[in-house]
Parts: sequence; C-alpha cells; structure tokens
Amino acid sequence: MSEIKFIFDDITYKGHHGEPMSAALLRSGLLTITNSTYHGRPRGIIGLGVEEPNAIVQLISDTKESMRPATVIEVADGLHVSSLTGVGALPEAPDEARYDKTNHYVDTLVIGAGVAGLKAAHEHLQLGRKVLLIDDQPKPGGHLLHLGMNLPSVLLDIFTNENLTYVPRCTAIGLYDQNYIVAVERRSDHLGEAAPAERARIRVWHIRADKVVLAPGAFQRPLIFANNDRPGIMLSHAAATYVAVYKVASFRQAIVATIDNQGYRDALRLHEAGVKIEGIYDVRQIASGPSIDAAKAAGIPIRFRTAVIDTLANEKGACTKVILSDIDTNETFERSADLLAVSGGWTPIADLPTYIGIKPQWSAKHAAFLVNHTTDILQTAGMLAGEFGGDDDPAIFFGPTLNDEQSRVAYIDFQRDATLHDLKRAVGAGLQSIEHIKRYTTIGTAHDQGKTSGMLTIGALWQLNNSTEGKNHSLSPADIGTLSFRPPYIPVPFAALAGRERGPLSDPIRISPLHQWHVAAGAEFEDVGQWKRPWYFPKTGESMDQAVRRECIAARKGVAIMDASTLGKIDIQGPDAAVFLDRIYTNMFSTLPEGQCRYGLMCKADGIVFDDGVTTRLGKNHFLMTTTTGGAARVLAWLEEWLQTEWPDLKVYCTSVTEHIATIALVGPKSRELLQELVTDINISKDAFPFMHSRNTTIDGIQVRIARISFSGELAFEINVTHSYAKHIWERLWTLGRRYELTPYGTETMHVLRAEKGYIIIGQDTDGTQTPYDLNMSWIVSKKKEFIGKRSFQLPYLQASGRPQLVGLLPEDIDEIIPEGAYITLYSAQADEDGKTPHTGFVTSSYHSPEMGRAFALALIADGLNRLGEIVSIPIGKKVLSATICDAVFIDKENLRRD
Amino acid sequence: MLYIPCPYCGLRNETEFHYGAEAGVGYPDPNTLTDDEWAKYIHIRANPKGWLAERWVHFAGCSRWFNLWRNTVTHEIGPAYLPFTEQPKAPSNIGQEEQKA
Repeated sequence: MSEIKFIFDDITYKGHHGEPMSAALLRSGLLTITNSTYHGRPRGIIGLGVEEPNAIVQLISDTKESMRPATVIEVADGLHVSSLTGVGALPEAPDEARYDKTNHYVDTLVIGAGVAGLKAAHEHLQLGRKVLLIDDQPKPGGHLLHLGMNLPSVLLDIFTNENLTYVPRCTAIGLYDQNYIVAVERRSDHLGEAAPAERARIRVWHIRADKVVLAPGAFQRPLIFANNDRPGIMLSHAAATYVAVYKVASFRQAIVATIDNQGYRDALRLHEAGVKIEGIYDVRQIASGPSIDAAKAAGIPIRFRTAVIDTLANEKGACTKVILSDIDTNETFERSADLLAVSGGWTPIADLPTYIGIKPQWSAKHAAFLVNHTTDILQTAGMLAGEFGGDDDPAIFFGPTLNDEQSRVAYIDFQRDATLHDLKRAVGAGLQSIEHIKRYTTIGTAHDQGKTSGMLTIGALWQLNNSTEGKNHSLSPADIGTLSFRPPYIPVPFAALAGRERGPLSDPIRISPLHQWHVAAGAEFEDVGQWKRPWYFPKTGESMDQAVRRECIAARKGVAIMDASTLGKIDIQGPDAAVFLDRIYTNMFSTLPEGQCRYGLMCKADGIVFDDGVTTRLGKNHFLMTTTTGGAARVLAWLEEWLQTEWPDLKVYCTSVTEHIATIALVGPKSRELLQELVTDINISKDAFPFMHSRNTTIDGIQVRIARISFSGELAFEINVTHSYAKHIWERLWTLGRRYELTPYGTETMHVLRAEKGYIIIGQDTDGTQTPYDLNMSWIVSKKKEFIGKRSFQLPYLQASGRPQLVGLLPEDIDEIIPEGAYITLYSAQADEDGKTPHTGFVTSSYHSPEMGRAFALALIADGLNRLGEIVSIPIGKKVLSATICDAVFIDKENLRRD
Repeated sequence: MLYIPCPYCGLRNETEFHYGAEAGVGYPDPNTLTDDEWAKYIHIRANPKGWLAERWVHFAGCSRWFNLWRNTVTHEIGPAYLPFTEQPKAPSNIGQEEQKA
C-alpha cells in the first residue's frame, strides 16, 4: 500500500492509502482525539467502524461533511479533517459535490459481505438468481478483514459470477415494507485528490428485492466501570485489529478484561504482535475452549471472577493503571497498562429488521438479542441469527457494582456523556420503561444512535433492578425490552438524499405559453402550486403597491390584460356528461344551453365547498370545466373517483386539457372596443354576445373561443386558444392595445378586483369548513336535484347558528390594511368584566382598493351575515383596530359594469 | 414503502398511489338515512387491526381505482381486485397472530 499524507487538526500525518484514519492516527501515537461534549474529558478511538462514539471529525473539503467517525474514513492524499467535540457545524456554503441515485430491482439482496453474507450470496447464485451484494467496507470479508485473513476460494469465486453485483462502501440505511431498501454508496471520498470530478460523491440506492438476506454482523460492547472512557481503553477486537492488521505499535503493556472467549482471542493476537499482556481478567467462574488453552500455553496470566472497577490516568488523561476487583471478596488491586482491551460481548446489529417491526429475541447463551428470522422474503444470517462461531460461553455481565462516586464517571453513552449515575437517577425518578429512560438520560440519541450504548443501558438497568437498590426484579435483560431503532442506520448528508433534485430541480416548474413575454415585460412572479404566475408588472421605479394600483385602475377605467392560462381545464364528454355534472355541482348544468357558461360550486359529501369555476357547454354532450389553478388535479381525481367507483354506468370521459388551452382575459370598459378590432367574424356587441355566453370565431385565421366571463365585475372577454397560438394573439392585442393604454396585470391585481366584487378564492376565503350557505351563496344550491353534499346541509351542526360566515369588513382607518389571518374580536366596548373580548372570526383577504380609495377586507365571522353594521375589534400587536362588518360585495352590487 | 400491485400496471411503489380508506362502502341513498346514519357514511370507516380491504388509486400511473387487501399490522399486501367484481377472500390472519404471540 502506498504511503499518503493527510491533515488532522492542522497536523500532517502519514498513513497507508485506504486504511482507516483511526489506524493511521493510532500508529502515530495519537491517543486523545478530542474532548467529550459535556464533561470535556479526553477521549480516544475505541472501535473499528460506524459504532465509534468518540473519534468524530468534520471534513475540511468542499463538502464540509460533519460527524464522520474517523474509523470509517479511508485516508488518501489530500484528506483534511478537524476533530469535533461531539457537535458538528453545518457549513455556510451549499454543498456543491455531485450526488445521484439509482433504482435497482434484483432477485436477492445480501446486506453484509462477511462470511455469512458471502455464503448466502453463493447459495443464491447457485440457484441461478441475480444477486446484489452491498457492504460498508472497502473490501469483502467482514470479520476476516479484521483478522487479516483471506477469503476461502469458494467464496472468492462468486466475484467472477456475472449474476453478482457487488457494491463496496455501500451502507443499507433503511429497510421498509415489501423488501424496499435504501442504501448509500460512498464513491469518491476514498480516492482523495485523485477522485474523478464527474463521479458522484454519494449514490443513494433504492432497491426492491424478491429476497433479502441480512448479514450485518455485530458490534463488540464496552463494559461499565469508573473512568472507562480514558484514551487507551478500547474494545479488544478493535485494539487487536489495529495492532495485528494495521501494525499499530503504540501499546506496550495491555490488560484484557473480558466476559467471553473473544477477550482471549484478542489477547493472543496482541501477544503475538509483541504487546505484553499483563493479564486476562475474566468475570466468569470458569471458561474453556481452544482460545483459553492457547492463552495458557502462551503464558498469559489469567484470573477468573475479576472485573475492572476503575482506571487511573497520566497528566494527558490516558489510561496508565487499572484497578481490578475480585467479584466474590471485593478485594481490589492495581495493575499498570497503557492499553485496556475490553471485551463486553457481542451485540448483533439488529437495526434493519426492527425498522419493519421484527422484535429481537434475548438469548442467554449468546448474552445478546438476536434476530433469527426466516420467511419467504427475508432471512437473517451470521451473528444476527446467532451464528457466533468460536467457542464462546459469555457471561451476562455489563459491569461491576459501583458506588455513587464511581457511577458518576462510569460512562454508558460516551458521545452523550451519559453515565451509570444518570441511569440510576432516571430509575430513582420513577422511570421504568427503557424508552422513557432513553429520553430522560439522552442515552442512544447521539450520531451513533446507541450502537455501543443501547445494549449497555439494557444490561445496566437489568443489573440495577436485580441489585439491592432495585425495586423491579427482572429475570433477564429480555424483561427490560429493546430500544427502538429508526432509519437511517448511519447519518446521511441531506445533500445526498436530495441528489440532483435541488434548487430549480426540486419540484417541476409549470409555465404558461406566455411566460417569456411576462419575463421580458419585467413581471414579478408568484408561485401558485407548481405554476409561475405573473404577480404584478412594475414599471421602472414602481413599488408593488404603486404597480397594483395602476393595474387596478386600468382594469376598472380602461382595458387590461391577464394571462389566465393556468386555470385548471377539464374536457368532459359523453352522453351522460350533463347528468354527471348535475350530481357534481350544487347547481344545475343539464339545463345550460349549448354555447353558454355557468359558474359552479362543488362540495364534498360532507357539504363543505371544495372547488369552483366556470363550466361551458360546448355541445350537447361536451363540457369544458375550469377549476382553480391549484385544484385542477384534485378535481379531476374527484370526478374520476365518482365515475369509477360509484357511477360506472355513466358514459362520461374526463380529460385534463389545462396545458392545451391558453386563456387570455381582456378586462375593462374598453375591452370590447379593442377586441372588435381583431374579431370580425362575429358580432360581439352587448346584445349579440351576452354575458356568460361563449362564441367560436377566428383571429387572424386562428380558431379561438371567446367567452363573456368576468372575474373582476368589469366587461371582460376570455379568449381561449391552442397554447401554441397564445403568444400570437397576446402580441396582436398588445400592439393594437397601445392606443388604449392596454395594461398587463398579475395575480395581485386579480385578487383586489375579485375581492372588491366579493368573489371568493377557495382556500383563501374558506378554510375547509364552509358550506355554500356560509359563503352567502344559497342562490347556487339547487333544490330540484340531488348532488354530492346536499344531504349534509340538513345536519344539525351545519344548520346551527354561530357558524363563521363570509362578510366584508371596512376598517375605520381607511389606510389601514389589516393583515390577512388577523383575529377578529367583539368590539372593545363590549369587553367583559376582565376587559376581554371574545374571538369572533378572522380576516381572509385584505387589500387597498383604488376604486374605493380605501382599505377593505373579507372575513369569516361567526353569524356574520346577521351582524352587518356591527363594529368589531382587531388586535394587531399593541394596536387595536376597529372595523365595520358589511356585505362582501363592495362595488357594483347591481352588476351593471359587466355588460 | 408498500409495493402495490395495480391491476392494470403491475407492482409499483406506494408513492404512485393515493389511499381511499375502506373498500365496499357504497354511496347510499341520502334521503333514506337518518342524520346519524348519514354522518356515519361521511365520517366513519373501518380501521381494524389486521386485514382490511381498502381502496387505492394509481394516480401517478393509470389513474384507475381498485381495491386491495392489506394487513394494517404487518403491512402485508393481499390480492387486488376491481370495483364491482367479486371480493376475493381475506388472506389468513397468520401474520397478525404471530405479532400478538
């Protein structure tokens, strides 16, 4: 392996390309990596992989990714990181690295390329199945890699099988129903400066597999004793691997504390690598097996029924001495060691199966929770399924009995600085459930999500319950239960999950065929659903208020033009189309003559107004429905639902034509005059072309449909044209309109104009609880026919008095635009004894009206329709505004202007 | 994420579908029902622990409604069937019993 240089906390270190950063740091003798988050205690590396709670770093590369364990970072030239005291920082600048995702469908997914996973892959390949094998290590082998051993040839052979896809550095972060797996593959960091620029840094895999084999392996756990967090105290398997495989020669004198035979195996590896083993201290009464025999043969001192209770440190905080205690006599003694290798048993990685509700089962034989699960689609293997191998006979032991003082420095969750004392305090406070204790102590809530601390907590709680202090005797850790794991299994950068769906690509953007014209005209835009709609068209130096005022005046006094193309449009055809619309709308459509338009309101079955719009009868069996811009998809789905699931006998087809047809609204008293210049085929005079009629004609030879529809109360024409001709029609009107000072306007002016006329916007002037009656629209509710929602109007709660009703509101101060959403209370003069005025409604729409020369608003007020003329109060911060309730139609109540 | 068998399009991810609650609740004749019965039709749907026949619509695909057996405890998916066709038998509650045990 080639030698490389990397920077950690501004100091350059040497390492071997591709080895874990933790190995390189340990080899250079760096024991203390950081200080702990809350207690400020020196901490070093204790583990080998994602379970590492202490050695957390932040990348100083472009991405600045935070909270990465040094144990999982492969060193490469150009790597630059800094240590973290448990708290990462999000970078100021956006992460510009490339991220992508892929979807994968496969016969068998094997998670984990240890021996168990490789065996499973081999078996499934033998059956002729396509296999995807993912593993978080750079190379296959799992545990064998830690032992520096090669794969047996039968398992090596699978890598030449064309049915195998093997993805290293790929961690499954979530397992969901029906074998849906999300995994993240790190593709470039390990290459350092040599990483190709075009390569995605992280690829998110979305996998569906017919069968999943979970072979994630296990983590070794620490033991709980006083000062168990000092640098130089490591998990024995990690210590032995760093020394034996990564040639870390920083330790001279080791003590091994163990509850199982793993401690002996690791002691032997340390011994063979030249570390002096002062002794193996085993909590068990007796132990047997080849590893014990081998340790004895190697002359390593072994003492049973002995546990570590405390450690001492040098001035740097690193472990120098270990205090041991005879479990039976409580007699203590000291031994010197610069490495305390701890083997607290194995905890199989049960995160993934628990995500889909599979409960781990306690096995006393393994001193661990296992998931031994086999169904047609999901199977566990290896250590997770209890295949620990070896000659283990572990003790169920998590740490010796400690006094109060010792408990305060006996760490369970290193990252959270949560101790045995914290756990005792939680129990003392009366908490019993492991889930409550987790939240009370914060154990298991750090970046590592309890990978080392979860089982320790369960074990410590069980021991506490069984001690003299304990009140809740429990037979085994199974009685404590397990902690819930939740995805993701490891921290994942948001940038990786977002992939390329960032910025403008985060959601589709819908634009009208006239969009480029609006842009060129300097429009400010507003998002309406996915649509970009012109909000207003400011002239140079004009504020929004000024622009909207000018646009409003043009529409009321001259002529103005608006792009209404985003309105939802549904083409409804079939012999039963009229019958169908009668059932959908509250008012009658079967009586609508061909070539005429009608405003319609639709309710859900509960009688609540759901959408509105104008529908035109284009032919006997042909209607064109318009919906609110944001409601188009919802309404089409609603129509389809009734046709498919209730009235399949109706012969009706519904087709979305929103994008096909552009709609240009020409609005204002001079609109007819202007349009007359372009429309010569038909007579568009008041009498020949009445309000709410629709005419087919041509403009410059282009087929158009013009409708006398007004959303402003003014004389108005809506010109509908195939979207590709929209620009031509618009520009023709624009050129001819110069003489009339034709003014383009956007959604803000549209809102002011419609509110002046009391026209509602569903979703703004309604909050999902209004019936047509609440909106003062009883005129639109047919008494002659059935329709969806009708029956509900008889329900007592929709008939009750006090329901919020839509009314107008005129502020006392004519310049005071009340904020939309503001609470309305009874008039302050009606305050009760405590000076309080009860809430009585809220403001839904509020604008300045250039026509009236004053502010006005729409509001939903309890019983509002019966309270016209009443004065109400509106507290805004420390001010209390007054306003008078009035009819919601502010101008032209007689509808004289529209003709 | 559920893997749902659309009768028209085949297996698709749950994100392509919208949920429509209990299947087989027909639109009643509104005028023959008491207020309570009508309110029940509007607001009350079965939500048992175990197998439930549900309505789903493949909104991001063929836009068709269909019915589907689903286990609300284990999230197992049973057979899908079209509206106005005979309902297949509920799958056994084996999965559910295991959960209880």
